[in-house]
Amino acid sequence: MIELYVLLIFMIIGAIIAIELKDLLSSVIAVGAVGLGLSIVLLILKAPDVAITQLVVEILCLIILIRATLKKDLPFSTTGRWLLNTLITAGFIVVFLLVAIRAFKDLPEFGYPIMRVANTYLKEGLVKTGASNLVASVILDFRAYDTLGEATVLFTAVIGVLAIVRRIGRKKKDEVVEEDDE
Amino acid sequence: MIIYLLCLVLFCCGLYCILRKRNIIKIILGVIIAEYAVNLFFILVAYRMEGRSPILSSEVEIVNLVDPLPQALVLTAIVIGLATTALLVALAMRIYEKYGTFDITKIKELRG
Amino acid sequence: MSKEHDKGMSLIVKVITRLTVGLILLYGIYIVLHGHVSPGGGFAGGVIIALSFVHLMLAYGKDVALKKLPKTAMSFFEGMGAILFLSIALLGFTGGYFFLNFISKGEPFRLFSAGIIPLCNIAISLKVGAGLFAIFVVLVLLKFEWEKKE
Repeated sequence: MIELYVLLIFMIIGAIIAIELKDLLSSVIAVGAVGLGLSIVLLILKAPDVAITQLVVEILCLIILIRATLKKDLPFSTTGRWLLNTLITAGFIVVFLLVAIRAFKDLPEFGYPIMRVANTYLKEGLVKTGASNLVASVILDFRAYDTLGEATVLFTAVIGVLAIVRRIGRKKKDEVVEEDDE
Repeated sequence: MIIYLLCLVLFCCGLYCILRKRNIIKIILGVIIAEYAVNLFFILVAYRMEGRSPILSSEVEIVNLVDPLPQALVLTAIVIGLATTALLVALAMRIYEKYGTFDITKIKELRG
Repeated sequence: MSKEHDKGMSLIVKVITRLTVGLILLYGIYIVLHGHVSPGGGFAGGVIIALSFVHLMLAYGKDVALKKLPKTAMSFFEGMGAILFLSIALLGFTGGYFFLNFISKGEPFRLFSAGIIPLCNIAISLKVGAGLFAIFVVLVLLKFEWEKKE
């Protein structure tokens, strides 16, 4: 299990680098490195479906971020009260971590899950549905309502993006509105 | 236990970035990092020692399989996360068009 | 000759794109169709199909890519994917209840097994692929209008 710890520490270092850099393009590339490390960790944890999906979704996310938003960055100056704000935020995060450590004692130990519902899916999955990929049989036969809800959420997100980007609004004085129909 | 703690530290990095940064693109990067941490936590709960991936095969007789239920939940959550990120980026582009800056301390007028 | 080299990227990128973009589309269709015997499924395959069209648009500029897949076809595919998924679910009423797996199961580990699962995978991949490509096209067109104004 040593490779799991090494990869997790690599991801944390990548996230800290992505937060602290001043150049926007370099921080986006650092987040891409974090996502790639996550995909390898998912392969080590024996989840190949999720690893394939995470890899290609992260590639598309990076393309949207880089292609659509890189403009000149503005220099920032740190106003007063910077030290007080950072200390308050760090204090809040330390309190959050301490409370979470107490909650983790109730979780089952890593590697020995309680699989009450999943034992039924594992035993009867092949017989009842005929699919040999058990994860596909869970998302499309045993729990198909969740997939219907997910299709609805994607549809709403696409409609939302098209509604934000449309060019209908108030006309300025001598501006000709060219309708960019979608 | 230590693995869950490392996963939570990754989530706190994303949380710090959402709370303290002033550039909208940095805030979006913080949301993405927090999403990665939550998905990782689900798959960590589902791991079984000496387990195999939940895909049956015709030659080998398999006894010890990993939990397939959280993997099914995370599969849809990843694609929904991408849709949410695209929506945030579209909003950020509209804000830049109207105010000319990505700095959130200069966007203080709540007029239409 | 000079009009072709204005938009998009350099010549090396264009040549390599012409060779690989068909293979990427074929790989995406393979992952969708074998979703019930090997890892993958509708979501990953749909995103890979969207990525092949995005690759074409990045290398050749937006006019060539939009000629291959016009906007009306994109909205048609997305709506068709959603309606197909819902109608497969409603057809389960003929057997008894909503979403019943009513087609015969077949023998396991073959391509034509597992009832409605391959059809659902195809419907989901159409919807996810068309939707994500539509998001990308719209965001790039917005940025293109900015640069025309400045």
